[in-house]
Amino acid sequence: MAYSEKLIDHYENPRNIGSLDKNSEDVGTGLVGAPACGDVMKLQIRVGADGLIEDAKFKTFGCGSAIASSSLVTEWVKGKTIDEAESIKNTDIARHLALPPVKIHCSVLAEDAIKAAIADYRAKTARKDETAE
Amino acid sequence: MSVLSQIRRNDQPIYLDYQATTPMDPRVLEAMMPYFTHKFGNPHSRSHSYGWESEEGVEKARAQVAKLIGADDKEVIFTSGATESNNLAIRGVAEFYQDRKNHIVTTLTEHKCVLDTCRHLEQHGFEVTYLPVQKNGLIDLDALRAAVTDKTVVVSVMAVNNEIGVIQPLAEIGKICREKKTFFHTDAAQAAGKIALDVEAMNIDLLSISGHKIYGPKGIGALYVRRKPRVRLVPLIVGGGQERGFRSGTLPAPLCVGLGEAAEIAMNEMETEAKRLTRLQARMLKGLQDRLSEIYVNGDLEHRIPGNLNISFAYVEGESLMMGIKNLAVSSGSACTSASLEPSYVLRALGVEEELAHTSLRIGLGRFTTEHEVDTAVDELVRHVEKLRAMSPLWEMAQEGIDIKSIEWAAH
Repeated sequence: MAYSEKLIDHYENPRNIGSLDKNSEDVGTGLVGAPACGDVMKLQIRVGADGLIEDAKFKTFGCGSAIASSSLVTEWVKGKTIDEAESIKNTDIARHLALPPVKIHCSVLAEDAIKAAIADYRAKTARKDETAE
Repeated sequence: MSVLSQIRRNDQPIYLDYQATTPMDPRVLEAMMPYFTHKFGNPHSRSHSYGWESEEGVEKARAQVAKLIGADDKEVIFTSGATESNNLAIRGVAEFYQDRKNHIVTTLTEHKCVLDTCRHLEQHGFEVTYLPVQKNGLIDLDALRAAVTDKTVVVSVMAVNNEIGVIQPLAEIGKICREKKTFFHTDAAQAAGKIALDVEAMNIDLLSISGHKIYGPKGIGALYVRRKPRVRLVPLIVGGGQERGFRSGTLPAPLCVGLGEAAEIAMNEMETEAKRLTRLQARMLKGLQDRLSEIYVNGDLEHRIPGNLNISFAYVEGESLMMGIKNLAVSSGSACTSASLEPSYVLRALGVEEELAHTSLRIGLGRFTTEHEVDTAVDELVRHVEKLRAMSPLWEMAQEGIDIKSIEWAAH
């Protein structure tokens, strides 16, 4: 399959591979996809006291487009508020990487991964607030 | 210039996809050349020497192909390739005998051209039994015996599978078919020239051959059609009545000559080549197993042609692995490499779990594969599997002792 240069660059030099401590209060973890479908993304964000995402890490099992999509979104979410990060659309990812039509689902999965990480972070924060009250 | 440098330029990836196609042997091209130039006659022209010399080339080629499978020259007809041979064999025999018989037996792991021919016949009133295969890719002979009825017109079982290289028990299948008085067709595209085939000893009635899988040209194949006892076929292509009326159309003499030459070379070199490839196959597998954990060979390793390895590299998706190993030309059973986004139906038929099917690569070794190429391939594979595992969340979970099957994944 012919891929864009940007996509190949993200595949060959993936940004922000790794893991954050999933038990940490300021870390949100999203795990989406399924091994049987051929792609699984784990995306993690750490949110600072100022409400900005100060770090993001990913690990992905999947095709080159899936790896590139997740690598790209870790770059994009850094420095954003969680509300801003939540507004990232799969179409933006697909356009930026020039994903072929059969690979659009990889960008959908990357969007789901951010949303799942944010949801996990929010749930943790809500629990913390409850205990504080 | 060495044979190898004629085949591969230095800037091309190492070719490890010999089940997809093979490069033409330079000796084959040499045999063909005169038939592209001064021996250009129509092999069916009877009135002048141009036709005669072209016919002579075609008939020599027919004999060369026949010898490879222990057949008589008159039993070999030329086609455009194994796809046409398989279509003609199954559809031709089914249609000819359809007033008496209406049942076909085949397997789930056949090539698409056999499966699609069977599907077509199902739409035209035939019943088809698709035999499952065992975990090792081989059919269960008792299941075959049970499936054949007095309405079965033909049993079609491939000799060697194109994805996993396993060799079906042809002689045993032939014996059952003969006992049950049904025809036995085998798609030998991946087997001819690689393993010994004998249509008499194996009771084969119809056998398909492809030119480009045996270092011959593309666009040519052959079908063996038994004469005693006679197998009758309805032709797919009608016209001038060439090829005993089974396949009309002027024969492409240069391609026929190429197929014949390729068959003769393959026959002469089969034994030494099989030994050489067995060593290379073992070297590759050991090289990978020594350095990588959790890799699995799909399909039986004993009953297998030495030129094939099909390996699942757990926790690494096949297409991403292929993107990494840019210097190697292989193919994958991963869904992401296919237009349909479905993982390999052959691996599924073996009962390979979907998550492992996505991680499989087919590595094909052949006549021009060298030890150095195998070693380079092993290094490249190990490097990229390790790199991709380091970024695989599944590998991470496995290392942490988490059972991936215990997680409730949301299918998408």
